[in-house]
Amino acid sequence: MKLLWFHLMPYTRLPEDFRERHNSVWVDIDRKLLDPAVAHRLYNEFMDELEYAAAMGFDAICVNEHHANGYGLMPSPNLIASALARRTSDAAICVLGNSLALYNPPTRVAEEMAMIDCISGGRLIAGFPVGTPMDTCYAYGQNPSMLRARYLEAHDLVVQAWTNPETFAFNGRFNQLRYVNIWPHPLQKPHPPIWIPGGGSVETWQWCAEMDYVYCYLSYFGYKAGRETMMGFWREMERLGKDRNPYRAGFLQFVGVAESREEAMRLYKEPAEYFYGRCLHVDSRYVNPPGYNSEATQRAKVTSQVALASQRAQTFGGGASWDEILAKGFVIIGSPDEVAEQLKTVAADLNVGHLMLLMQFGSMERDLASYNTRLFAERVMPQLRGLFDDRWENRWWPKPLPKAARAAPAPGETREAAE
Amino acid sequence: MSAPAERTVEVNGFPCRIWEKGSGDPLFYLAGLSGLPRWTPFLDRLAERRCVVAPSIPGFPGAAGHDRLDQPLDWVAAVLDLLEGAGLAGGDLIGASVGGTLAAEAAAMAPGLVKRLVLIAPFGLYDKSFPPPDLWGQKPGSWPQLLASRPEAYSELVAPPEGAAAGEWSIVMTRASEASARLLWPLTDTRLARRLHRVRCPTLILWGAEDKVLPPSYAERFAAGIKGKSTMRIIPKAGHLADLDAPGAVAEAVFEALR
Repeated sequence: MKLLWFHLMPYTRLPEDFRERHNSVWVDIDRKLLDPAVAHRLYNEFMDELEYAAAMGFDAICVNEHHANGYGLMPSPNLIASALARRTSDAAICVLGNSLALYNPPTRVAEEMAMIDCISGGRLIAGFPVGTPMDTCYAYGQNPSMLRARYLEAHDLVVQAWTNPETFAFNGRFNQLRYVNIWPHPLQKPHPPIWIPGGGSVETWQWCAEMDYVYCYLSYFGYKAGRETMMGFWREMERLGKDRNPYRAGFLQFVGVAESREEAMRLYKEPAEYFYGRCLHVDSRYVNPPGYNSEATQRAKVTSQVALASQRAQTFGGGASWDEILAKGFVIIGSPDEVAEQLKTVAADLNVGHLMLLMQFGSMERDLASYNTRLFAERVMPQLRGLFDDRWENRWWPKPLPKAARAAPAPGETREAAE
Repeated sequence: MSAPAERTVEVNGFPCRIWEKGSGDPLFYLAGLSGLPRWTPFLDRLAERRCVVAPSIPGFPGAAGHDRLDQPLDWVAAVLDLLEGAGLAGGDLIGASVGGTLAAEAAAMAPGLVKRLVLIAPFGLYDKSFPPPDLWGQKPGSWPQLLASRPEAYSELVAPPEGAAAGEWSIVMTRASEASARLLWPLTDTRLARRLHRVRCPTLILWGAEDKVLPPSYAERFAAGIKGKSTMRIIPKAGHLADLDAPGAVAEAVFEALR
C-alpha cells in the first residue's frame, strides 16, 4: 500500500459571502480577492506542510495544476515540485500533473520533468491529465474540439523525447519540430512512471490499460461517489484481460484525524464547509464546452465532478452541508482507529493501492494540517502498511538512485554552506 | 411544407447531406449556428422562386468529418469541396452566421465560384470595442434567448425531429456546437480580415437589428472590407439568426438583391 500526501493549495481567504457575491471560483474569479502577501505566506506554509508529510514518512507528496482557480494556487506544479525535490530526500515527488495540450511545444514538459527527476535523484511520478475544461479551454483558450487530439500527440512527443536516444524530427498534426533532443533526459529509465488522473471515461481506462499506466480518480466526493467509477475501471480491466493489481489505480480521499470523533468533528467542520461551499462554487458556464467530452462519453452519460457540483448548486442553491459531507463520506473523519478502519474498507472495496490523502483542505491552517498529518502518520499509517504487498508488485513506483549515490543539498542559507 | 430532396456529397471521405427544393436558378445556402436540423420557413420562401440547395457543413446536422479540420485553410478547402460537389459554379450563395463566415471565405478564395453573395451576420471579424459574447461559455439553455429575437423559433429549429431518440439528438446538437467552436474558438476571429478584400462579387450584407451576438456595427466592417459592390440591410425585429426570426423580410431583401 502506498500512501501519498496531496495538496491542492487553496486560497484560504475567500470571503464568507463568496457564493452570494461572486459567480465563480474558477476562470473569472475576482482578481481583487487575492492578496499576494497572503499568497506569499500560504505558499511557504503549504510547502512546509508538504515537506512535513515527507518527513513523517508518507510515500509521496503530490502537487497538481490549475489555472485561474481560487482553490488551486499551482498554475505551475513544476515550480513547487522542484523546490520540494531539494528539501526532501526519500518521498516520491508526484506531479499530477502537467496538462500536456497547454504547452507549446510540449517538449517543455519533457524538459521540466526530466529536470525534476534529475534534481530529485529519480523520485518523480509524471502525471498527465487532459485538464479540466475550466483550466484548458477557458483559462488557457484551448479549442475543446481539438484538446484530446493535442493531448495524445503531446504525450507521444514527450515520451519519445524521453526515450529516443537520438536527436529526431517530430512531424505531428499539431507540433512540427526539426530537432527534438532534450537536455537533460530523465534519470529513471526508460522514463518516470506515468499516471493519468482522469474522469470516468471508458476511453481513458482503455488507454491506461494499453499503455500500462496508473489510472487515478481524484474524487472530491469521497469513496461512496467514487465507487461506481472505480468499479467501472476494474470491469474494463477485466474485459481487457488485465490483472487486478491494485497498483494500477490511485484514488483521492479527504481525511481528518483527531483523538476522537467528536474532536475531529469540531476541528474539521469549518475547513470542510469552506471547501465544499466556497471552493466548489464553479459557474455552470464553464463546465461543459462542446467537444470536451467525446461522443462515447456523452452516450455513457458520464458527468464530471465539477459539472455535478455546479448542477447541484443550481438545484440546491448552495454547497454540501456538513451532515452530507459526513454521511456521504466526502471527508473521512474520526479517531485514528476509525479512520484506519474506513480507509482499509476504501482500499479493499475500490481495490486501490495508491491512496492519495488530502489532509489540508479548504481554509485549514498549517497547525491543524500538521496535526492531521502527524496523527495519521503515527497512528493510521501503521495500520495500512503492508496492505496488498503480500500479493502484488508495484510496477508503477519511481526507482530512484540508491541512497548512497544521491547528492544532498548543503544545509541552509549560510556563508559556510556557500563556501 | 413538403420535404426537400436529399442527396449526399463526400468531403474528405465523409458524407455531407445536400437538401434541395424548388425550381429555377439554383440558390445555395450555408446555415448558421446549429446548422439545419430541419428545413426552415425561410428556405421555403426562397424555394417559391428559386431552386434552393442547402449543403450541410461538416459537423453540422447531416454531415460528418469536422474533426479532420484543424486550420482555417482546412475549413476553406472543405467548404469549396462541399459547394462544388453540391453544384455551385458561378451561382448565387447565401451564408448565415457560421455559414456566412465560410461563404465569405469561399468567395474570397475561389472568386469564380460565386456570382452574387449574401451574408447574414457572418462571424470572422473582431471589433475589440464590441467583442462577441462567449457563445460556448453561456449558462445551459441560454442559446435561444441569445441567438434569436423569437427564442421559440430557435427552440423549434433544434427540437428532436420526429422519431429521433432524445439522447442521440442531443449528441447531434452538441456536435454542431462543437463544429462551430472548432472553427471560431475562442473569440470568433478567423482572421478573415486578411482575405476579405478578395471578395469581388456583389454582396448583400444583412443584419438583425437585435443581434445580441454581433452588433450591427459589424455589417459596416464587412462592407468596408469587401472589394466588390456591397449593400447593407438591417432587418428590424431580428436577432443573430435573422432568417429564422424574420423569414419573410430576409427573403424579400435577398430577392431584391438577386433580381
